[in-house]
Parts: sequence; C-alpha cells; structure tokens
Amino acid sequence: MMQSRTVEIWVGLFIAAGMAALFVLAMQVSNLTVVNTDEGYDVTARFENISGLKVRAPVTMAGVRIGRVTEVGFDPRTFEAVVTMHISSQYNELPADSSASIFTAGLLGEQYIGLEPGGDMEVLKGGSEIMLTQSALILEQLIGQFLFSKAAEGEAK
Amino acid sequence: MIGWLQRLGQSGLGFFERLGRAHLLFYNILAGVPSVLLRPSLLIQQVYSVGVLSMLIILVSGLFVGMVLGLQGYNTLVDFGAEESLGTLVALTLVRELGPVVTALLFAGRAGSALTAEIGLMKATEQLSGMEMMAVDPIKRVLSPRFLAGFLSMPLLAAIFSAVGVMGGYFVGVGLLGVDEGSYWSQMQSSVELYEDIFNGVIKSVVFGVVAGWIAIFEGYDALPTSEGVSRATTRTVVHTSLAVLGLDFILTALMFGDN
Repeated sequence: MMQSRTVEIWVGLFIAAGMAALFVLAMQVSNLTVVNTDEGYDVTARFENISGLKVRAPVTMAGVRIGRVTEVGFDPRTFEAVVTMHISSQYNELPADSSASIFTAGLLGEQYIGLEPGGDMEVLKGGSEIMLTQSALILEQLIGQFLFSKAAEGEAK
Repeated sequence: MIGWLQRLGQSGLGFFERLGRAHLLFYNILAGVPSVLLRPSLLIQQVYSVGVLSMLIILVSGLFVGMVLGLQGYNTLVDFGAEESLGTLVALTLVRELGPVVTALLFAGRAGSALTAEIGLMKATEQLSGMEMMAVDPIKRVLSPRFLAGFLSMPLLAAIFSAVGVMGGYFVGVGLLGVDEGSYWSQMQSSVELYEDIFNGVIKSVVFGVVAGWIAIFEGYDALPTSEGVSRATTRTVVHTSLAVLGLDFILTALMFGDN
C-alpha cells in the first residue's frame, strides 16, 4: 500500500487535470467566451424577411463581431420580424442612424447581421431601434427575378 | 414441454430476483454515501485506484481517437472542400459521443473488472462476513466509497478524454494535413455550445459512472464465493456494463439531441 500522502497528491492531480479539461472544453472549444461574460446593451431592428437568421448568430461591423442576436420575434400588426441583438459594452459609440443588413457567410453559410455606420452624432443606446434595415436576400427570389428578366429580354428581341 | 416451460419460468424469476437484489443494494449504497463523506480518506484511496490508475489508458486512447478522427474526418471533408470544418467535426464527435461512451467502455474494462474481482474475492475469503462480525457495515465501509469514486471519476475522465482528443485532432489536422489553425479553432468555437453539447456530455458521463459503478459493485457483491464465481462475475461486469452503456447512450442521445 502506498503512502497516503502520495495517494492524496495523485488524486489531487487527477481532479485538477479533470477540472482543467472541463475548463478547456468550456473556454476553448465552445463559444462561451463572447456571450454571458460581458455587459452590453440591447438594440432592436425590424426586417421584412430574416430568412434563416437564428438566435446567437453574430452581429458584425466592418467584419468584426461586436455582438450576437439574442431574440427573434414577430410583430403581428406590421408583419415584420423583430430582431433583438446584444452588443458588447465596449462598442458603445455606434451612430444612431447605422443600418443593419442580413448577409450570408459564403454561398451556403449561416446568416448574420452586418451593421453599417451612419453619420449621426447621437449613439445607439440600450433599447434603441435601428431604423434602416435591409432584408435577407432569398436565393429562390433572386433566381426567379433573373429568370423573369431573361424571359423579358428574349421577348424584346 | 412442461420442463421447458419450467426452465423458462425459472430463468425469468431468477432475472427479476437479481434485478431486485441489485436495486436493494443500490439503495443501501446510496444510504451509505453520507457516512463516506465523513471519512474522506477511504474515498481518496478509491479515487486513486479507480480514477488515477485509469488515467493513462484514457490519455493514450483519447489522443489516438482524436488523431484518427482528424485523419478520417479530413479525408471525408476534403472531398467537399470543407476541411476547415474539421475542428467542428472532431469536437462535436468527442464531446457528444465518443468522450463519454469510450471512457465508460474503457472504465468497465480497466476499473469495473478490478472492482468486481476485488469485492468478489473479499466475499470469497469471507472478509465481508468478518467485517460484519466486527459490527462494521461492509456496505458503508467497502461498497459506498467505491461507488462514489466511480461516480466522481467518470465525468473527469471523460472530460480529459475529450480535451486530449481535441488536441490529437489538432496535431493531425493542423500539424500534418495543413488545415488552417485559426479556422480549426474558430469553426469549433462557433458550433459547439456550452449547454447543448458540453453539459449534455457531462450528464451522459455522470449517468454512465453511476451505471458502471453499480453493475461492477453488484456483480462483485453477488458473485458466488468461489474462484470460478469471481471470474464469471468479472466477465459479466464488462459485458453488462458495455451493453448498458451503449443502450443508455442511445436513449440519452435521443432525449438530448433527438428533437432538433
């Protein structure tokens, strides 16, 4: 039988290694690092169509992630989608007339929101709404329009 | 015909009798857990023999499973030009499935069989009855610390397995096959959810820890007190634990990930 001190040291090492592995999985492997840990503010935007935008999708400005989508709702009176996004508190000087568009990462990638800065001196605060929005491009509609215009061209000739 | 029916009934009754004894033992072990917490030295000794001594096999197999996942995943993904998603594939496979399941299977072979043999031999050499004669409850003294050690060790071992596997996939994917390092980690981070994936993996391994410890201890405690009985009980531990883990894994996966 081993010395109980040695046993205790090994057990301590084992538990520390297990905890460290869980910590690595939580911090390095999962996307815990951005959300939940920092404070920030919520802004909303209304879109005619959000296509496949999901909760937790990134919100970017100039390609840099500055927040995440926290809620996707539907306004039954205006028939618009209401998207709530959470923006990190360090980015608290975004102009109030910034515009929001829904983009797709790559051809088949996931949807995300891209913000374009405006020129207003006022800044976005918690609860404010982004007025200028551009809906998602729906691939089927684009193809439909393309076919339609091709057919119209053919008739003109 | 009657004889055949009788044998069928006998084996059915025997099965339910064992199931009942196993459940009674389970409640007795659980009732003994508080007294173990008052004497942590017993628990530490068992965590050493169940957890620490299993760590080497977990580390080595985790590394190699991760490396194989890296190789196989790369070969499949490169056909679709999606080799950047290798990190996602490796991490989700390990955290959701292979981490808990392979750890439980290795645990059954490495630690469960040892537990059964130890307890069975204690019974065969009448150490357990000796303890009862000295008014020491063998369930509290011998069985509960071993059960608790398995319960505590399994999630830690599974976490070590997954973390080492992710590193193994990183070595092969980024080091050997030339996947971009940044996209390996960022694709992984953008698709692995803390609650959805990692917590559910931990829950799985906790369930497997309870089941593996329970089966190993019951088989040892219920073994015939002969050398043949102990050897049979050890075999049954490995077989039953593996079957239970694989079956439960399907049920848990269906409950956790089935609805999306």
